[in-house]
Amino acid sequence: MFKLENVTYKDVLDIPELSISAGAITCIIGKSGSGKTTLVKLLNGLISPTEGTIYVENEDIKEMSMVQLRRRVSMLQQSPSIYEGTLRENLQIGRFFSELEPASDDEILDVLEVVNLDKDLDQDASKLSGGEKQRLTLARMLLLPADVLILDEPTASLDEESAHTIMSRVLQHCIDENKSVIMITHADEIVKSFAEHLIELKDGKVSRDERVEPTWTQK
Amino acid sequence: MDSEIIEIEWWRLILAYIFVVVLIVILKWRSIKREKDVLIATIRMSVQLVIAGFILEYIFKNDHPLVTIGVLAIMVAFAIYTAIKRVKHNVPLQMKKLIAISLTIGVVVSLSYFIFVVIGLSPWYKATYVIPIAGMIVGNAMTGITLGVNTYMNEMSSQKQLVEGALMLGATPKEATREIANRAFDAAMTPILNNMIGMGIVFLPGMMTGQILGGASPLVSINYQIAIMLGILGAVALSVIVFAVLGYKTFFNERDQLIDMQ
Repeated sequence: MFKLENVTYKDVLDIPELSISAGAITCIIGKSGSGKTTLVKLLNGLISPTEGTIYVENEDIKEMSMVQLRRRVSMLQQSPSIYEGTLRENLQIGRFFSELEPASDDEILDVLEVVNLDKDLDQDASKLSGGEKQRLTLARMLLLPADVLILDEPTASLDEESAHTIMSRVLQHCIDENKSVIMITHADEIVKSFAEHLIELKDGKVSRDERVEPTWTQK
Repeated sequence: MDSEIIEIEWWRLILAYIFVVVLIVILKWRSIKREKDVLIATIRMSVQLVIAGFILEYIFKNDHPLVTIGVLAIMVAFAIYTAIKRVKHNVPLQMKKLIAISLTIGVVVSLSYFIFVVIGLSPWYKATYVIPIAGMIVGNAMTGITLGVNTYMNEMSSQKQLVEGALMLGATPKEATREIANRAFDAAMTPILNNMIGMGIVFLPGMMTGQILGGASPLVSINYQIAIMLGILGAVALSVIVFAVLGYKTFFNERDQLIDMQ
C-alpha cells in the first residue's frame, strides 16, 4: 500500500526503504522525537518529504491531490480535536469535511458502541473527559470511508484495561470494513496484542521492520 | 441658524496646549516615563495637521480629477502601510498583497457608490467632499482590516491543532479555516457596530460635530452622518470579507499543506 524510497524529511527522518502493506495492522514504536509522527504525517500528506518518493498503491504521492489522499488515508491526532458544538456535530464534522452525506443515527450509534461511549448526542462535546474525547474522535474517524486509518497514540488518554477492550473492538471493526490500520503507540500491551507488522524508529531511522504474530485473534 | 464660524486666533490656539503641559506635569508627578511620547505625538499631530491644512487648501482651490485620484491613492497606500505595520505578527509577502487588495477593493467600491449614488456629487471629483469622506472610509477600513488580520493570525496559531485535525479528516484548506475566517470577520465588524449603537446618545460623531460647527443644520448633518456610517460599514465589511475569504491561501502551499509545517 505504502512504499517509501530514499525518503528524508529535514534532519528528522531518513528512510532508505520501507513498505507497509494493505490489510495489516502496523504498529510504529520508538522514543519521543524518533520521527514517528513525522512519518505518519508524510503518509497522510500533511507534509511532503524533503527528498525521496512515497508511493500509495504504486502511485507517486507527488502526483496526487493531498485532499483526496487524506480522504483515503485518515489520521487521528494524539490529542483529540474537539470542535465547538455537540457530540453529534463533532461526529458528523468529519463527514462534512470529506464532503459526504451526514451519517445516519444507526451508523452513529454503531460506532459509539465500538468505542464504548454511551452519552447524550446533544450534549456539549467540550464537557467530555480526556478519555471520552479520545473515544469520540475515534468514533468520528470510523464514520469515514477511508481505506487506511492512521492512529497517533489512540489510547494515550485511556487506562490499560479499557485501552485493550476499545482497541480490540476498533480493530475488529476496521477488519470487518476492510480498512488497514497504522498505529503509533507507546503501550507494549497494545503492540503485543495487535501488531502484525512492527516498525521501530530510532533517531529518524528504521531500526526494526518485521512481521510479528499478534496474541489477539480476530473474530 | 447662525452660520458664522468663530475663528480660533493663533494665541488662543497656543493656550489649548495647556492640556499637554498639564499632562506632562501629571506624568512627572506620577513618575510615568511617557513624556517623550506625549511630546512626539503633540508635535507630529500639530505639524501633520498644518501641512494637511495647506495641502487641502491648495487642493480645494484647484479641483482636478487627477489631483483627487492622486490624493486618494496616497491615502489608501498609507492606510495599507499602516495596517501592515499594526499587525502583531510577521506578515508574509503574499499576505501583504492580500491586505492591499482587500483594502483597495473595500474603499474603492464603497467610496464610488457613496460619491456617485448616495450623494450624486457633481463633478464627482469635488475634493471638498471626496477627501474628507474618503478619509473616514479609509481610516475605518484600515482599523477593520488590522483587527481582522490580527484575529486571523492569532487564531491560526492558537487553533492550529483544530485546523490540522480538519485537514486530517479530509477538509480542504478553505473548510479547515472557515470558522477562523468567520471569527476574524466578526472581530473586525464589532467596533463599527458598537460605534453605531452608541452614536447620537453616547457621543456625537466627528463629521456631524464638524458640520454643526461649520454652520450646517443638525438635520442636514445627520443625513450625512447616517450615510457616511453606512458607507463605512460597507467599506469595512467588504475589505474584511475579501481578506477573510482569501486569507487561508496565505497559510497553505499549493499542495494544501500548512506552510509553517514545511
